[in-house]
This record gives sequence, C-alpha cells and structure tokens, in this order.
Amino acid sequence: MAETTTFTNATQILEPFRGVKRVTIEEYFTSGHRTCQGCESALVMKLMVKASGPRTIVLGSTGCMYVANTTYYTTPWVVPWMHTQLGSSGSAALGTAAGLKALMRKGKMKSESINVIAFCGDGGGADMGLGAISATLTHKEYNSLILLYDNESYANTDIQLSGLTPFGANTTFSPPGKAIRNIHTRWKKNMAGLMAAGHPECRYVATVCASYAVEMMNKVRRALTIGGPTFIHSLDPCPKGWDYDPMLSHELGELAIETGIFPLYEVEDGQVKYYGKTKAIVEGRARKPVREYLLKQGRFAHFVEEDLAYFQAKVDEMWDKWEIPAVVPFRRLDATRTALSAR
Amino acid sequence: MAVVTPAARAASSEEDKELLISGSEAVAEALALADLDVVTAYPIRPYDTVMQAIAKKISGGQLVAEYIVAEGEHSQFEIVKHASTVGARVFCGSSGVGWMYAMECLVVTPPLRVPMVCLVGNRALDDPGAFGVEHNDALVVRDVGWMLCWVDTAQEALDTTLIAYRVAEDRRVFLPLAISADGAFLTHSQALTMVPPKSKVDRFLPRYDRGDLLLHPDNPITVAPQANEDWVIEIRRQNNEAMGRAVTVIEEAYADFRRVFGRGPENPWFEEYMADDADVILVGMGTISLSLKVAIREMRAKGKKVGLVRLRWFRPFPTEKLVAALSRAKAIGIIDRDYSFGSPFGSGVVANEIRAALYNSERRPPLVSFICGLGGREVTLEDVYKAADMCFAAAASGKSDSKTHWLGVRE
Repeated sequence: MAETTTFTNATQILEPFRGVKRVTIEEYFTSGHRTCQGCESALVMKLMVKASGPRTIVLGSTGCMYVANTTYYTTPWVVPWMHTQLGSSGSAALGTAAGLKALMRKGKMKSESINVIAFCGDGGGADMGLGAISATLTHKEYNSLILLYDNESYANTDIQLSGLTPFGANTTFSPPGKAIRNIHTRWKKNMAGLMAAGHPECRYVATVCASYAVEMMNKVRRALTIGGPTFIHSLDPCPKGWDYDPMLSHELGELAIETGIFPLYEVEDGQVKYYGKTKAIVEGRARKPVREYLLKQGRFAHFVEEDLAYFQAKVDEMWDKWEIPAVVPFRRLDATRTALSAR
Repeated sequence: MAVVTPAARAASSEEDKELLISGSEAVAEALALADLDVVTAYPIRPYDTVMQAIAKKISGGQLVAEYIVAEGEHSQFEIVKHASTVGARVFCGSSGVGWMYAMECLVVTPPLRVPMVCLVGNRALDDPGAFGVEHNDALVVRDVGWMLCWVDTAQEALDTTLIAYRVAEDRRVFLPLAISADGAFLTHSQALTMVPPKSKVDRFLPRYDRGDLLLHPDNPITVAPQANEDWVIEIRRQNNEAMGRAVTVIEEAYADFRRVFGRGPENPWFEEYMADDADVILVGMGTISLSLKVAIREMRAKGKKVGLVRLRWFRPFPTEKLVAALSRAKAIGIIDRDYSFGSPFGSGVVANEIRAALYNSERRPPLVSFICGLGGREVTLEDVYKAADMCFAAAASGKSDSKTHWLGVRE
C-alpha cells in the first residue's frame, strides 16, 4: 500500500489470479454465518472478499446475506462490514466512497486506495434499490463495486417473487393452484444489460456464477481495479428457494449457463466480452434445452409442456433476435432493415 | 497613515463580519466555517435554499466538500449516513414530504450513533399541496432518537448549526440532530447576521472523531448485525442514555459558545420574553414568536401581564426547567403549529408534551391548548389577543376547558 499524504483517486491494482492454485489462501469471510446448506450466495461472499483483499470495506443491504449471514457476536466478516437498508446498496457505496475521498483529499485521513463493495440481493438490487444503484453508476469520481447476488427471490423473508424471479416459478407469493397454474407471468429483468446500457460512464459491468470461481474472482478484481462505479450480477442457485438437493448448487449454476438462460459476460468500456461456455454458445455450440435446468428444480414442478416451450422460446429469442445476443434486447438491425424494406 | 501590521491583521481576522442573509444562507455560512466534508442535496422547497447556498460556496471555493445531488431523499440521507461512519462531517436536510420519503433512513440513523446534522425547513405535509410552515414534518422523528430544536432568526440558525455539530459529535452523545427553521418565514427571510471568523469556530468546534466506531480497514468492525431479542432492548436503552447525556452536553456547548463568541443565550432550552412576572405565559416554537412578542407588548401596554416562552429544544425535552418556568404562571396557553389528530383533547404535539411534563408538578396552572398558523397561515395579533383572553379567563376560574381551540380558521 502506498504511503502518501497527497490524495489519489487511484484504485488498488489487483492482477487476475492465473489459475486456482494462484489464488491467495487468506480468508476474509470465515465461520459464524448461518446460511443454509448448499447456499451459493455465502460462497459468493467468501470469493468476493478473497478477491478484493484486506483493504476493503463491505456494505451489505438487507437480505439473506445480512439476516442469515451476519449475527451479533458471530460475524463472519474479517474486513469492516456495515449493514445498509434494503434499497440502499447504491447509496451505501457512494456515501462510503465519498466520505473516504473527502477525508483523504482534505488530509484528514491517510491517503490510500480502499476498496468499497456494496452487495444487494435481487429484491434489494433489481426492485427496491434500482434507482440508487443507477444514480451511483453515474458518479464516476467515486470508486465502488455493487455486487448483486441473485438467488431469484426474497429468500430470507420466505421465498417471495422479485423482479428477477424467473417466469412461472413457484414462490410463496406465486403458488400454483387449480385455477391459475402460473401466477408469476413476468419475464426476468435483464439486469446487467440494463446497467451497462443505461450508464455510459460506468466502465465495467459483468455477470458471474460461483460455479466458475476463478473467473468470478477475477471479474471482481477487474471491477475494483478499473475505478469509478462498477456493477456485477451473480446468479446464485438457492436450495431453499429453488427446491433442489443442496449438493446440486454447483451443477445448477453450470446448467444455467449451458442452457443459455444466464450468460456470462463483461462489458468493459462498452466492449462486450463473453466468457466460458457462454462464449462457446456464441461461437456456435448448441445450448442445452432449458428443461434440463428447469425440471431439476421443485419451483418449476408444476410446469406443463406449454410452459417449457414458452420458456425455451423466450431464451431462444435472447440468442437469435437480440442485437447483442443475451446482452441487449433490441432487435437486430438486419431484422429491422428487412422489416422496413418489406413495408 | 494607518499601517496594517501582521498583529492588526490577525486581530481583524478575529472580528465578526455582518451580512444581510436569509436563515438558509446563515446555515450555509456555519457549514463552511465547520469545514463540512460531505453534503447531499435533493430539491424540495423551502429547505433547499440551504443547498443552493452550499453549492455556491463549493463552486466559489469557500468550502471543500464532496457535494452529491442524490436521486431522492432516501438516498440523500443514506449517503451521508454512510459517509459519517467512515469519519466525515456531514450535512443533509429536507422539508415536508421529502423528510417523510427519507423516513426509513431517519429511523436507522440514531441507533447507528451517526451524528448527522440536518436542516428541516418546516413545511406542511401533502396533500393538499402547501409550501407553508407546519411542524409535523420534523416532529415525526420525535420518538426515535433524533435531537430536535427550533430556531427563530438567521443568527440563531447560524449559531445553532455550530452548536449542533459540537453536541451531536460529542462521544457521549453521537446522535443525529435536526435544526428546524420555519419554511419561508425563516428559510427565505433576510436579516443582519454576525458571521464569526474561522479562528473562533476552530476554538469552539473540535474535529469529528469517530473513535472506536470508525469503519475502516484499520478498525475492522461489523456494524449493525442482526441482534434480535438477544440485544435490541439493551441497544435501545443505550440510545436513551445518550439522549439523557445530551442534556449536559448541550448546556456545556452553550456555555462554551458564549465564552468563545460572546453571544448566545444563558438558557439553551427556551427563550423567555416578559415571562418573569407574567400571569399568562404563551408557549410556541419558531418564528411564531414575532407575532407573539408584538401582541405581548401591546397587551402589556394595556396592563395585561402576558409573557412568552419560546421553546428551542424539543428533544431532549427540557422537562424540569420548563415546568419550573411555566408552573409559576396563573395560566398557560400552548400554541401548536402542528396537529395530532385523535390525540388526548385533540391537542397538538407540544401541548400534550407539556401536559405530560406538568403531571407530576405540585403546581399545575390551567393549560389552554391552541392550534394556529397551519399551512403557513399568518398568525395575527387578533389570534394572539383571543388566545390570551381565553388564558386570562382560565386564570380567573382556575380551570381550563380541556378543549383545543383552532385560531384563525374559517368556520
């Protein structure tokens, strides 16, 4: 760490881990949390701070990773950690970064690069906290990372649907019944694409899945190194909310990618880069049918063929019709041109 | 020919300068002197004039601070809350329904022991739309650990802002503090105001030191984990004790303010105007004091012994001192610029607080409750004469009527 008295807006330079054996062994998220067996989000927390290192402040908005994760006297956090309100991950990141910057620039605190990470769940991030996150992603003079851990429901409060719950999923707010099979008919928000497309000065947006741990950590390191506000969307299989055997969390994460439902990519300075099996799909490898993913989960047990076909068609659309496949949902320009000339 | 020596220059930098400024601008002067670190703005009338004044100070180079325009009051208050936890001196504010939009953040700030200082430009709550003053906005946080005070003049707004940081950031307190200024009547009205030099402010106001509560990699604490029934009641009790300690800290701060600046009240808690020998004491908060003082002078000229107690501090509530001041009158009249529908006797908040404060007192003069000036309506001299007459009737009979009288209302 640089010992300097003059303020610098620089970030820590966190080089990517070149393979799993090069990953540091120090842990900054340890025992003490009380998450469920097979909880992928707890793994995301552990990997997130492993990637960021010790000179980090973490802000956690209300959700599983607060309520189940951080109990008085048994905190798992080795780095400084603070709760923030459900819709406040954006504001927490911004306020913490601004406070540090003010004190360092005015010589009231030793100047150094401190990572600021705020995390939120899908409810806190994509529903209630969307406005604050959006605002923070426009404040380019403050360095912070907002990490959205998406277990696709308000899982801490009893599994209620959120704006990121997939079409048709059985939640306590969308129970299938004799009269209505699918109460939840909305399609999942395209959260990372929304953040990347809507905030031209946000230099780094990425999607991750902890099934691909090294890639996930390296994206966290890139987000913290590049500077300014950044955003990462992590898909986290949830045994309790998705209703599957906890031993399958890792496999379900892989299937979400292989079926093309959740693409792995980053957008750095406007440049889209696909990763791993998503990249293979873009390059022509066949996607696995979505039923292989959906039918492993109790939350879709009520699905009939019609639902599976609808789900498959929507995912096909992401890949076949979107201007930037699985990232930007505008229809492809060639299709638009054909439509215009036909008229 | 006068020669400006370094000593003379130093002496002149010790002098106050007199400026014609509004209440909001006076607060901004104090914030620049207090070397504010982080401030968040969001527009709503009338408090936002303070943010306009701060923005000018920042663009003009008189204040170096992180100045963030938030996307709503919820974020506005959350951003400074978090900035304060890493050691920054912060300022925020709002009015009316804007303050309500931030309510979740207002509730979490005291238990986090964040010494945020805010300006509430008091404004009627929607609906229907009204820009004028009512005190219900600030009063909504009276139970959750905010210190609340009301100021009356631009000078008092400036001085109280400096005192507010001294009190809130005292380790014995560490609670947020909201300074209420009546919308338009004070936020927008200009008066000659003495602005002290920075050297004096530095002698009065120490740096904010978050100490062992600092959120920093060198002090890796976990703040606000789930506590549940295991610990919540102890944490509430600590909040209450901090509010209790604030009483001493406020008295110390005012005494020190007088020592350094050579002005300011001896009694921090309330202003007494012709109250010493008064048979009837009227009580109010904020700029209503102007109508009350003029009316009192007129009534005194006619031989009616009326006085005023203008309450400055509502939280912590100066129970004993206020009871001592009020219980010597033959009758007291409380004029609320707020309402509390369905409350005991249908009274406003201040009247019922004072009723409660007097309950254990040996002398309990008849108390007459009034609601007046809502939505910024002018409080006329006739309104005050009417209120005083009702109080004199209560003094004569020794009884009050247990009703609440709305003054200046179309029937």
